[in-house]
Amino acid sequence: MRIGIPKEAAEDQTRVAATPDTAKKLTRLGYEVCIESGAGDLATYFDEQYAEAGIPIVDAKEAWGCDIVIALDPPAPWQLDLMRKDAVLVSRLNPGIHPDLVQDLSGRGLTAISMDAVPRISRAQSIDARSSMTNLSGYRAVIEAAEALGRSFGGQMTAAGKIPPSRVYVIGVGVAGLSAIGTASSMGADVYATDVRPEVYDQVESLGGTFVEIPVRQHSEDGYARAMTEEEAKLANEVYAEEAAKADVVITTAMVAGRTPPLLLDEDAIAHMKPGSVIVDLGASPEGGNTSLTEYNNVYTTANGVTIIGYTNLPSRLAGQASQLYGQNIVNFFKLATPDKDGRLVLDEDDEIIRGMTVTLDGAIMWPPPPVKVSAQQVPAKPQGAPTGDVTAQDIAADELPGWRKWWWKVAAVLLSALLVLFAPAGMQPHFIVFALAVVVGFYVITGVSHSLHTPLMSVTNAISGIIIVGAMLLVSSGNPVVVVLSFVAMVIASINIFGGFLVTHRMLSMFQRSSED
Amino acid sequence: MELLIDQSAVAQYEQHLAILQGAASFQSLAYIAAALLFILALAGLSKQKGARNGNFAGIAGMAIALIATIAIVMVTSMEPELVGIDAASGGSASGFAITSTGLWIAFLLIVVALAIGAAIGIFKAKHVKMTEMPELVAMLHSFVGAAAVLVGFCSFLTDPGAEGVENAWHIGEVGLAVFIGAVTLTGSVVAYLKLSAKISGRPLTLPGRNAINAAMVIVSIALIAWLINTRSVDAGLLPLCLLTVVSLVLGAHLVLAIGGGDMPVVVSMLNSYSGWAAAMAGFTLGNDLLIITGALVGSSGAYLSYIMCQGMNRSFVSVILGGFGGEGPATSGGGEERDYGDYTEATAEEVAQMLKDAKRVVIAPGYGMAVAQAQFPVADLTRRLMDAGVDVRFGIHPVAGRMPGHMNVLLAEAKVPYDNVFEMDEINDDFGDVDVVLVIGANDTVNPAAETEPDSPIAGMPVMHVWEAGKVIVFKRGMGNAGYAGVQNPLFFNENTDMLLGDAKASTDAILSAL
Repeated sequence: MRIGIPKEAAEDQTRVAATPDTAKKLTRLGYEVCIESGAGDLATYFDEQYAEAGIPIVDAKEAWGCDIVIALDPPAPWQLDLMRKDAVLVSRLNPGIHPDLVQDLSGRGLTAISMDAVPRISRAQSIDARSSMTNLSGYRAVIEAAEALGRSFGGQMTAAGKIPPSRVYVIGVGVAGLSAIGTASSMGADVYATDVRPEVYDQVESLGGTFVEIPVRQHSEDGYARAMTEEEAKLANEVYAEEAAKADVVITTAMVAGRTPPLLLDEDAIAHMKPGSVIVDLGASPEGGNTSLTEYNNVYTTANGVTIIGYTNLPSRLAGQASQLYGQNIVNFFKLATPDKDGRLVLDEDDEIIRGMTVTLDGAIMWPPPPVKVSAQQVPAKPQGAPTGDVTAQDIAADELPGWRKWWWKVAAVLLSALLVLFAPAGMQPHFIVFALAVVVGFYVITGVSHSLHTPLMSVTNAISGIIIVGAMLLVSSGNPVVVVLSFVAMVIASINIFGGFLVTHRMLSMFQRSSED
Repeated sequence: MELLIDQSAVAQYEQHLAILQGAASFQSLAYIAAALLFILALAGLSKQKGARNGNFAGIAGMAIALIATIAIVMVTSMEPELVGIDAASGGSASGFAITSTGLWIAFLLIVVALAIGAAIGIFKAKHVKMTEMPELVAMLHSFVGAAAVLVGFCSFLTDPGAEGVENAWHIGEVGLAVFIGAVTLTGSVVAYLKLSAKISGRPLTLPGRNAINAAMVIVSIALIAWLINTRSVDAGLLPLCLLTVVSLVLGAHLVLAIGGGDMPVVVSMLNSYSGWAAAMAGFTLGNDLLIITGALVGSSGAYLSYIMCQGMNRSFVSVILGGFGGEGPATSGGGEERDYGDYTEATAEEVAQMLKDAKRVVIAPGYGMAVAQAQFPVADLTRRLMDAGVDVRFGIHPVAGRMPGHMNVLLAEAKVPYDNVFEMDEINDDFGDVDVVLVIGANDTVNPAAETEPDSPIAGMPVMHVWEAGKVIVFKRGMGNAGYAGVQNPLFFNENTDMLLGDAKASTDAILSAL
């Protein structure tokens, strides 16, 4: 089948749905791929590079007329007009907030695959365009903030005095939030972060941030945060306002799938922020943003000098890499949907990933898909001290064992040894005492042994076991020729142990070295 | 004929008795010294700092024990004969004589045996490769077992069954020494063959193997009971030989049923058995030094086995009963084919770039590193990265490799400083701060399924949290073969995991040249 890559129509869209690299990967799956002239220009992938990769350059009409069209943004009606009736559109469609678009696609009899409706399961991560794009957004948000902020991120002690580090506050620790935390803390800022899901605590701390708790708890079943109730939102917003007042940079990343973004900072909260501080609102959308003053795709400065950045095209400001990542998401999708690598698209609607991404199928509306309830990609961190659901098979088995089965053998062993000692002839008692003491000493001496010395320890005990040679020696002087021969053989093999064991132990021990000599 | 005992002979005899008594005191002293030195040896071996001194203490103890024993043998070989009483001598000589031929023969035999043993032992110890240490250790175990069997036989031949409780005990101990010795012998031989890949490492799972083992143990006990009731060498030889055969078969079958990856437990268990065998031999001879040493080795081996079992979160019994890892994924719990998605591959150049950019790197080696002999290039890589200012550490799982501490020895051989090598428990909480983890030939020990899938065969086994690191590179020969436990490893399909397929040594060399 033929895949067409048209030039994106939106003015601020600098990305392209396939780079020369990912386009070539598509051809390896058996597809014929063509690209509209100049599609990659803004992402610095020029026609020559595509041509070099063996991708023919075509005009818009031909690109849109292919069996499959891959794009970044929902196409405009005039573009859809260029598509064939049985064609497949693969793009970011955000069907949750674009019901009209879904109707339109259905009316045209198209099959539409949405790259931003990928179910949140581990297997699908490599396809999820939301993850890959918001990851870049998080990074870029910090860069934009750094530019707008009139001070340095990192702290320094200079001859002219001390520069304290900037304080960055990230609201919402999703993919974008994590990326922002990592970027900001590697630039030297003091990073604080809040999320309704307490299980992200570890992730925040691991990136060098400090987790600020809010009195609202959510347990996520699909990997995304859900909308809060009004009361929850009120409690949370108080914390946000308090933290924002202390911060130099606030990055809000709250996006609830398929809904208008929640309001996190109202005018009052912004009014209490420091002059010169910066808010980057990643939740900005035409329907509103995470702050009440956000201007969609614009920068707004309040009366008290707070800059609010409402850009939504942050990934487009990293066009080359963003295109490469998106292109790879596309390739990964086609890998999944082209099981035979023969250039034939197979949409297996029993596959929960493909089912989730399918918006319309030959004109039939498939949205919304049945809910996929799966483990999020990461196992939630175990709350300390609290019992968890992770009960291992062994635990269960151990619990089921009746008490007597755990200790009967100990009692039996004690009884047996008591009987042995009681019935042993008089001369034996001292030997038993020696034996018992030696066993205990053996355990105590070994208990602290470091793991790295297990092998030398075993070889030295091998050598010491060679002490059995003493037994053979004591018997060798008996007159019986058979005994002499047998004990001679025993002496030979026992002395192999003695000499071999000690020597090889020595060899090993002399190999162990410290990195610093002392 | 009239017996005349002249006074000078009596004096000479008394003098000889005094020498014997003196020798006995000397023996006790020497044995106490030797036993203490052996304890010091084990104690020294538990820390890097005292390890070398510990080994020397062991050598000193052994030397003292050997010299004392040789001296005792020499003295007791001077069989005093009151010739005058001996009618068979014809009474031609009256008085007391000491025969010294037995003495020199015994001395010669001991020296020759020591020389042969020393030659073989030193040759082996000098030439063994560090990757072959498990095999060598297993072989040395089998020698102790064999020696215990031989000593048991000798003890039986010189002192066969007779009337009286004391003797019944003595013969019972002989039976036990032979039993444990023989089990150790064949068990270790089979372990040696498995470790050196001369036979397949897969467990042999005969139907009803536990019943077979139990039957063999019961038969052995019955044979020992029979042995106790015999009253001569001729009568006792048959049950003793039968006992030997049965316990030899038992030892072989026990270890055949245990799979290759459980070898750390098997090797330390056989270490323990060899100790008990020596202790039993000590009981038969009434020799406290043997008892002490045997008990020391036996209990330390048992403790090592315990550590290994903990490392796999399995009970000792379940390991000994064997069969694990052999039933294949089809029957092992949670065996339904699960789709973990796709794995991503990386090239050596990409890995080299990642390592260059990383600040903190952890290397988690496994048995695969030993198989590929990759420890030397890995050590080179480590040095290169450390010179470039990268913090490189090694994380070692307790049961990585085929013997307790196997990986540590390999890394030491390749001159990786031991203070860069960490145990799992020491490093497990730090993976979140690590940029790149290189998993070299390890699988089950880094399998997150052990913590996330309660129905997995390895559920509950402590594993290294490598997946918490920024990036995980897995060196693996191919995607087809699952780990020892036969469990697929979801780690390989994680988004932050890249596979570097191919021989571990070749891959490491490629990274080195790309650096």
